[in-house]
Amino acid sequence: MAAVQFDQVDVAFGRHVVLRQLQFDVPEGAFVGVIGPNGAGKTTMIRLVLGLLRPNSGSVTVLGQPAGRGGRQIGYVPQSFAAEPDLPLRARDLVGLGLDGEKWGFALPTKDRRRRIDACLERVGALGYAEEAVGTLSGGERQRLLIAQALLTSPRILLLDEPLANLDIRSGHDIIRLISEIASETRITVLFVAHDVNPLLGVLDQVLYIAQGRAVLGSVEQVVRSEVLSELYGQPVEVVRVQGRILVFAGDEMVPLGHEELLPHGRPRSLPAEP
Amino acid sequence: MGWLNYLIAPGFLQTSQVRSALILGTAVAVCSAVMGVFVIIRGQAFLGHALGDVGSTGASGAVLVGVQAIWGFLGAGLIAGASVDVLSRRARERDVATGVVLSAMLGLSALFIYLIGQVSTSTGVTQEILFGSVFTVNPDLVLPMVGLALAAVVVVGFVYRPLLLSTVNPDGARSRGVPVGLVSFAFLVAMVAAVEQSALVMGALLSTALLIGPAATAIHVTRRLGMTIAVSVVLALVDTWLGILLAYDSFNWPPAGRGWPVSFFVVAVMVVAYSLGQAVPRTSTVRAE
Amino acid sequence: MASIWNTIFAPGLFSYSFVVHAWVAATAIAVLAALVGFFVNLRGEAFVAHAVPRGAFAGAAGAFLIGVNSILGLSVFAILMALGMGLMRRRSHNGVITALALVTALGLGDLFLTVGNTYAPEVFALLFGQLLGISGSEMVAIAVLSVCLVGVIAVVYRPLLLASTVPDFAAARGVSLTAMNVTFTLLVALAASLTVPVVGALLAFSLMIGPAAAGWYLAKTPWGAMLYSVGIALGTVWVAIVIGYDSSLPIGFLVAGVSLLAYMVARAINWFRRRRPGEAAVVPTGSGAVAR
Repeated sequence: MAAVQFDQVDVAFGRHVVLRQLQFDVPEGAFVGVIGPNGAGKTTMIRLVLGLLRPNSGSVTVLGQPAGRGGRQIGYVPQSFAAEPDLPLRARDLVGLGLDGEKWGFALPTKDRRRRIDACLERVGALGYAEEAVGTLSGGERQRLLIAQALLTSPRILLLDEPLANLDIRSGHDIIRLISEIASETRITVLFVAHDVNPLLGVLDQVLYIAQGRAVLGSVEQVVRSEVLSELYGQPVEVVRVQGRILVFAGDEMVPLGHEELLPHGRPRSLPAEP
Repeated sequence: MGWLNYLIAPGFLQTSQVRSALILGTAVAVCSAVMGVFVIIRGQAFLGHALGDVGSTGASGAVLVGVQAIWGFLGAGLIAGASVDVLSRRARERDVATGVVLSAMLGLSALFIYLIGQVSTSTGVTQEILFGSVFTVNPDLVLPMVGLALAAVVVVGFVYRPLLLSTVNPDGARSRGVPVGLVSFAFLVAMVAAVEQSALVMGALLSTALLIGPAATAIHVTRRLGMTIAVSVVLALVDTWLGILLAYDSFNWPPAGRGWPVSFFVVAVMVVAYSLGQAVPRTSTVRAE
Repeated sequence: MASIWNTIFAPGLFSYSFVVHAWVAATAIAVLAALVGFFVNLRGEAFVAHAVPRGAFAGAAGAFLIGVNSILGLSVFAILMALGMGLMRRRSHNGVITALALVTALGLGDLFLTVGNTYAPEVFALLFGQLLGISGSEMVAIAVLSVCLVGVIAVVYRPLLLASTVPDFAAARGVSLTAMNVTFTLLVALAASLTVPVVGALLAFSLMIGPAAAGWYLAKTPWGAMLYSVGIALGTVWVAIVIGYDSSLPIGFLVAGVSLLAYMVARAINWFRRRRPGEAAVVPTGSGAVAR
C-alpha cells in the first residue's frame, strides 16, 4: 500500500492554477525529499495531504484512506512557531500538546503521560532543555521540539514543512541526521520539504520535484536531470554535478539549486500587506 | 427644487456651526485617512484607538487643573504613546502593554471625573468629556485644529520613505542607516497629534472610525500605496461630509427637533463602504512604488 | 490593635449585606476574568478584551430604548460582536475588524442614547459599574454563571492552547482555527457580560488584562500563569473593595490602579531574574519567531 497517493490532482484558486495533474505514489517507509522553488505549490501539496484542502479534481489518498482532517497517523512538523521569551510554556508543555492537544478538557499529569513525553524528548535529544521556556530556545532546539511533538502519536508518516528554512547549515545537518535515524529505526514514511536537495543527498530514497505546479517523483538520478527539469520548468535548464553537489544552470546565468527564485520571470518584490 | 430641500435641509451652508463642522471635519478626515493607512500597515490599530480613548483622561485632567482641553488631550496622548513605546519591545507585548496603559489611563479618568464631581456640581462635564460633538466645537479652535492636522500630515510626508522601509523591513532599514527608532517615534508623535485633535473635535468614537474605516477599505481595494492613501482620503471626506449632512437633515426626522448623532451616520456610511469593498476580490499585497 | 483593624477594615465591611454581595460577585468575576485574561495575553488580543465590553455598553443603551433589561442588551451586543470578530478575523489585518466592530457598536449606542432623549441612570451606571449596588439574586446569578464559564474554559483549554501556540500543527490535527477564534471571542463576550455590570464598561477589561499580564511575567507554565493571574485578580478586587468602601474613590480607578501596580512589579521581578548571572535565559533567537 502506498503511504501517500496523488491521482490526477488539480488545484486552482479562482483562475490561478496552483497544481495540475499531480500523479504519484509515495511507497511506505520511503524517505522522500519534496523539493521545489518558493511558490511552486509545496505548501498546497502539504495541505492536501493533511486534508486541510480538497483538490478541485482528482483524489488524495493517505494510507489507503481519503485524506481527512485530524489524522493522528500523520506527524506534522510546521516550519516554525512564534514564541517570545516570556511565554509561560516549557518545552515539555509544548511537546505534551502533541499527544492530545486537540482534545477537550485538560490532561491529568499521569506517570504514563510523563514517560511518553520524556521518551520523545529524549529521542530528539531535547531532554536537557525540557524545563526551559520555549521562547528562550534557539531555532534548532525549537525544531527538535516540533519533531518530538509530531512523534508523540507514533505516526506512520512524518511530514516536515521546510524544517531547514530558519536554521544554519550545522543545525540543519543535525536535524537531517536525526530524521534519518528516526526513519531507519521506525520504518516511518518521511516527506521532507526543502528548497535545496543538496543537504539531503545522503539520506533520500526518492525526490518529489515540484515546479510550475507540476511534479515528478523518482530517485535523485532519475529526476534531477537536465531533460526532466527543463520539461518541468518549461525552459532550458542544465544540471551539473560538482564534487558531489548538484548545481543548476538556467539560461546564461548559473543558479544554484534551491535558489530558483533567481531564475528569469522572478516576481517583483512586493510589500507584505500583513506585517 | 423641492427634492433638493429634501436632500439638503434648508440653511445647511448658512449655519455657522455647520460651516465650522465642515471645515473641521475635512481637516480631521484628511489627516486620519493618511495616518490610518500607516497605522494599519504597522499593525497599530489598537494603539490608534487607545490614543483617542485616553483623550477623556486628558480632558478631565484639564478641567481639574483649569487649562485648555487641547493640552489635556495632547498631554495624555503623548504620555500614553510614550509609555506603550517604552513597555513594548515585541509584537505580542505591544498589544498587551497598550491594554495596560489604556486601562491605567481610563482608571485615572474615573478618578478625575470623581474629583471634578467633588469640587463642582455641574454634571454635564462628564457627558461632554465622554461624547464630544463636532457641532459644539468652540469656533476659536478651528484654526489651531486645522493647523495640528496639517502638521501631522507634513510630518508623515517628511518621513514617508524611511517610515515605509522601517515598517516593512526594519533590519534592512537599519543597515541603510535609517534611524528606525527615531522614525517610529516621529510617526508616533504625528499619530498622537492626529488622533487627539480628531478625538477633541469629533469624539473618541469617530476618531477611531475615521482612522481605521476608510484606510481599511482603501487597502483592500488598491494595490499601490499612493493610490491607497488617495482612496482612503476620498472615502474619509465623502464619509464625513455625508455624515454631517445627514445629521443636519435629521433634525427634521423623528423624534422631532432632536437630531441623530453625526457619529452614527459616519459609522453607517463607513460600514457600507467597507462592506462594498469586501465584495471586490482581495488584493493580497500593497506594492510599494 | 482593634483601632488599626477598624481603620483598614471600616465597620460593616463584612456585615452589611450589600458589601457581602460585592465581595462574592467581585471574587467570582475576578477568577473568571483572570482565566479569560490568560488567553487574551496568549493570543495578544488585548484589543478584543477592550472592545467587547466597551461596545456591549451600546447594547445596554438599545435595550433601555426598547424597554428591556439592560444586561440582556449588553449580552446580546457582546455576543454579536464576538461572532462578527471571530468569523471575520482571518480575512483582515490585525485589529482592523476589532476596531470596526467597536465603532459600529458605539455608533449605534450613540444613536440609541440620542434618540432615547432621557437620562438613563441605569445605562450610565453600566459605564462605571456599581459594585456596591448588587442585589442578592444578582450576586447568586453572577456566581453561578461564573462557575459555569470556568467550566467551559476547562473544556476548551487544550485545543485553544494548541491553536494559540502552534496554529499550523493544530490545524493538521483537525482543530478548526476559525472555531477556536470564535470560541475565544465568545469567552471574552460572556465574561464581559458578567463583568461590565460590576466594574463598568470602561474598566471591565482592566481585570481581563492587568492580572493576566502580570501573571505572565512570573510563571513558567500555563498553569502557573493562570494561578498567578487568579491570585493577582483576587488581590486586586479585594483591595479595591476595601479602599473603595473606606474612601468612596471610584472602583474603576482602584481596580485599574492596583492591577497596573501588579503589572509593573511583575515586570520588575522578571527583569531582575533575567539579569541574574547564571540564569541568562535571554537568547535572542529571531530565527524561530516567524509571524503567522
